[in-house]
Amino acid sequence: MAKEFKGRPVVAGNITAKAVVSRQGVNTLATFQKSALKKKKQVICSDQNNKDIYNKNLTGKALCLPKTIGSTTGGMVLHTVCALGIAPAAMLFSESIDSLGAAGVILADVWTDGTIVAVDRLGDEFLNYVQDNMTITVKEDGTVTVE
Amino acid sequence: MKYNMTLTPEEEDILNGSQGETMAKVIKTLVLYGDAFGAEKFVDVTAPGHLVTSFGISVLKPVFSIMDELINSGLKAKMPFTLDPRPIDYENVKCNFAQKLVFNKIIYGMQESYEEQLKKLGLKSSKSFTCTCYLDEVGNTPKKGDVLSWAESSAVVYANSVLGARCNRNSGIIELFGQILGKVPLFDLLTDEGRKAKWIIEVKTTKIPEAQILGSAIGLKVMEDVPYIKGLDKFIGTELNDKVKSYLKDMGAATASNGAVGLYHVENLTPEAVESGAALIRDDARVYVIDDAELERVKSSYPVIWKDANAQPERCFIGCPHLSYNQLIEWSQRFEAELKKQNKSRVGLNTIISSAPEVIEHLKKDDKAVYDKLTGFGVKLTSICPLMYMNNPLCGSKPVITNSNKLRTYTSARYFTDDEITVIAVKGGF
Repeated sequence: MAKEFKGRPVVAGNITAKAVVSRQGVNTLATFQKSALKKKKQVICSDQNNKDIYNKNLTGKALCLPKTIGSTTGGMVLHTVCALGIAPAAMLFSESIDSLGAAGVILADVWTDGTIVAVDRLGDEFLNYVQDNMTITVKEDGTVTVE
Repeated sequence: MKYNMTLTPEEEDILNGSQGETMAKVIKTLVLYGDAFGAEKFVDVTAPGHLVTSFGISVLKPVFSIMDELINSGLKAKMPFTLDPRPIDYENVKCNFAQKLVFNKIIYGMQESYEEQLKKLGLKSSKSFTCTCYLDEVGNTPKKGDVLSWAESSAVVYANSVLGARCNRNSGIIELFGQILGKVPLFDLLTDEGRKAKWIIEVKTTKIPEAQILGSAIGLKVMEDVPYIKGLDKFIGTELNDKVKSYLKDMGAATASNGAVGLYHVENLTPEAVESGAALIRDDARVYVIDDAELERVKSSYPVIWKDANAQPERCFIGCPHLSYNQLIEWSQRFEAELKKQNKSRVGLNTIISSAPEVIEHLKKDDKAVYDKLTGFGVKLTSICPLMYMNNPLCGSKPVITNSNKLRTYTSARYFTDDEITVIAVKGGF
């Protein structure tokens, strides 16, 4: 059954993608750097500390998370994976977006041809409900449908 | 473009292109960034910057394209900036032919051209490569209340917490944009409200906690929130001397990398905690008690991800973040004592200590005997970033040990406490 959640669009857009869910903060550098460095065609999460998404493919997915954490290279790393065309299609934050996540999606939006759709403030219920491989539809007004 | 921040007429003109298309994109990025956090306006940056991106890593070509665009538009930072450590030093951190090939041709093939870009954008000097720019020797030391546009998580948390400056946890590039515009959006850690603690950390250990594990425990628990730490002054005192500042440097780096802490207060010690005390704690603050068992639980949760978990270590990195002057002295004493205990004259493991170029110069100049002693023990002194070194898959796949929780978090390096790693490094293995 489809369930709808309403958040705040930080980078607005319309997309449909499969969910990958992290119940804990996503460490951007630790998650993306290995795939970016090896010029992989897909991002396989390399963060050993994040059991939820470790070794999972994030490219083109709707990454559902509370927030991003870790090194301040984080935003730049997101901008880079977007420029390389291997970023998640969307980042859906249950909490208010953090400064590194915001920097990444905004840099990608202003300085690359690509976009990482970003919606924040979706609430704990969203993160409790969504599971890996569920189909996520994001509307530009920040409406997120999970089914 | 739609935005919510209140801009001055001059800022609006910049957004509309009065200083060129590139500068318009710079301020547009910062306005969107400010809007995401409900910033009402911009405030002036009052001290020099610090950049996180010190490495000419080929994969970051999109970043270097932005740099080129800035340079071609005649833009640069308003004040000379420092930045994070260089990635390689073949003299002190030996690499074989294949490792060098990967570094030079694949990973950091753009280092030279990137450093040329940095000079044009306002790099302070060729010695300004360190994550500890705030140390006296380096001299990028903001005053209490200064507004900064810095990145590098360990430097930001130090500047906010130990120096009382005001800086958000900016990402790479965003910090450079703030330095070019000379303004940053006013939100979060730049505001009094944003600097209030959402967590009370009660340290109830029986001895001084290992700084790197305490920071890790706090970071993993509070994530990006501000913690107010009680009970630590019992062990480290109430005076911000060099030894205490070094402890806080290492603890803070672990809070920032294992979580996303940008500011912590230590009761009776850090400037704002001394000034305002418990008034810094929000009414709804949660409590996290850290005792010996909790520290042990956190330490034992670190996974071993070496290819062969039973391998012997081949290299040891100490100094992430870079060691301070007093820490260099302390490590010479540690090794001297352990060598004596094990009846040896040189360390058995390839051991590398990282510190800022100007701190190593200070040691060579004012404490040559200590410098000679350390290097005589077989320890190599360098100014590289060990994390950048470990980015090379041929280096990162080797069994490396470290006393840095940041290096452990981002690489396959195994963490050991200062005491443990001293024994292992001298012995040459487990």
